[in-house]
Amino acid sequence: MTKEECKKIVLDIIADIAPDEDLSNVKPEVRLRDQLQLDSMDFLDIVMELRKRHSIEVPEADYQQLASLDSCAEYLTPKFLALAAKG
Amino acid sequence: MNTSNHYDVAIIGAGMSGLAAGIRLAHFGKKVCIFERHNAVGGLNSFYSLGGRKFDVGLHALTNFVRPGVKGTPLTKLLRQLRIDRAEFALCEQKQSRVAFGPGGETSLRFTNDFSVFESEIAAQFPVQIDGFRRLVTKIRAFDDVSLDATPVSARTVVREHITDPLLEDMLFCPVMYYGSAQEHDMEFGQFVIMFKALFLEGFARPLDGVRVILRVLLDKYRQAGGERRMKCGVTKIVAHAGRASALVLDSGEEITATHVISSIGAPETERLIASATGKPPLTPGRLSFVETITILNRQPAELGWGRDTIVFFNDSPRFDYVCPDEPVDVRSGVICIPNNFDYGPDLNLAEGIFRVTCLARYDRWAPLPEADYQAAKRAWFATVQRSARRFVPRLTDDALAEATLTTDMFTPRTITKFTGHMGGAIYGAPVKHRQGRTELENVYLCGTDQGFLGIIGAMLSGISMANYHILQKG
Repeated sequence: MTKEECKKIVLDIIADIAPDEDLSNVKPEVRLRDQLQLDSMDFLDIVMELRKRHSIEVPEADYQQLASLDSCAEYLTPKFLALAAKG
Repeated sequence: MNTSNHYDVAIIGAGMSGLAAGIRLAHFGKKVCIFERHNAVGGLNSFYSLGGRKFDVGLHALTNFVRPGVKGTPLTKLLRQLRIDRAEFALCEQKQSRVAFGPGGETSLRFTNDFSVFESEIAAQFPVQIDGFRRLVTKIRAFDDVSLDATPVSARTVVREHITDPLLEDMLFCPVMYYGSAQEHDMEFGQFVIMFKALFLEGFARPLDGVRVILRVLLDKYRQAGGERRMKCGVTKIVAHAGRASALVLDSGEEITATHVISSIGAPETERLIASATGKPPLTPGRLSFVETITILNRQPAELGWGRDTIVFFNDSPRFDYVCPDEPVDVRSGVICIPNNFDYGPDLNLAEGIFRVTCLARYDRWAPLPEADYQAAKRAWFATVQRSARRFVPRLTDDALAEATLTTDMFTPRTITKFTGHMGGAIYGAPVKHRQGRTELENVYLCGTDQGFLGIIGAMLSGISMANYHILQKG
């Protein structure tokens, strides 16, 4: 799992949650909220889809780690790696 | 407890809110079952077949319509949360609607899905009020109406700070109340904001085939997500133990257990199922109920001169009185719906003409009538309701209407209670709402009318919010 693959996973989830958003130019360093119209219900769904599809748990205290694609990759990649090592 | 009779979540009622909650929960892997006493889904927004025709109940129009690309509104949130592609609802926009007041509809405000039409009608007919109206709209736009813990304030009080002409005040309240107020005379400002946005700032639309298109989409999603459903199988009792629901007793006599219970049947109705005696006075059901007359025409309404208006909210009295009447029906005000007058596209329309009229009605004047008297009352009131409403649409002789009429039907408060189980025929539930959906039992939550998000979109968002708030957010 590379950071780029991790970003792709998050983008795929956003594409399913918010099919009305254009994701072709999402800047990885900019907060998702500032370039897409995502509200707290949508962020909850990102967390829940991560759990459903990839068995990744994001505790509520860590939600701010999902602010941008870059921060998602920083935060989630080690979790994916840890999971792969276990499995 | 991992038996076949145990569910993560049991949902009582397969209306819009219960189905929406079910979709969310099943999508995220919960073992869910919806229990519905009736043989059809939809609850207060359903349909029935009679003489080979399908009749919609509830839905005049889907409110909250926004065009593709408009984001952050209830419709968009709902589509995202339920993973519905908006094309699946196949929504067609209204042509125009009106609020018509005075014995012959002398003052009439037109509105469409373009808010500037309504604004310019008010500017033209209430020039002194327009600045106040604009200030009110600014306040409404900025109001956080989805907060689950807002302090209730009177909508009449807030509106009067901006609108000083009682006629305009009543003309704003009439549509908003008819499409969602469970409270007489006044409503909570948050509720007013939700409905004002839904009707005026957003708008009306419907699928050509009506409410059953929406129900079909919801059912398909629920099934695909793995949700279970038991029809003709209501819940007769919630067994309480140590402040929690420990089991549900079904109509069949079976007992099932569930970690969480979501009830869409109403707050007093849910309380009645809970067997524990708390010593507290029981919750009061709502008093506001309605009759609706349905006239099926052998031609398009446009051929009778009724081709322009989609919905007309009417009132003939000096003040608009939104209250449970003393009489079986109050025909002084009401709502006309002509479902043919949505823009379905070139050469597309419903096969027959439909003319529906809704008026306020009193449940206890209908409920105790012996069958023959009940049928006679329906016939008599049908004529009175229709006569009253026809004052607000272009004139048509009795003979011309009779000649165009294929058949008619009517539902009353008694019909509503019979098919939905809502006490007192209360379409919009009890006047006191439970925003957080809490009940006396810690694992039983309300969704639907008594949680307090209104309209069809509101009903679905209610189910979604309660599923998120009480179950999914907690992992």
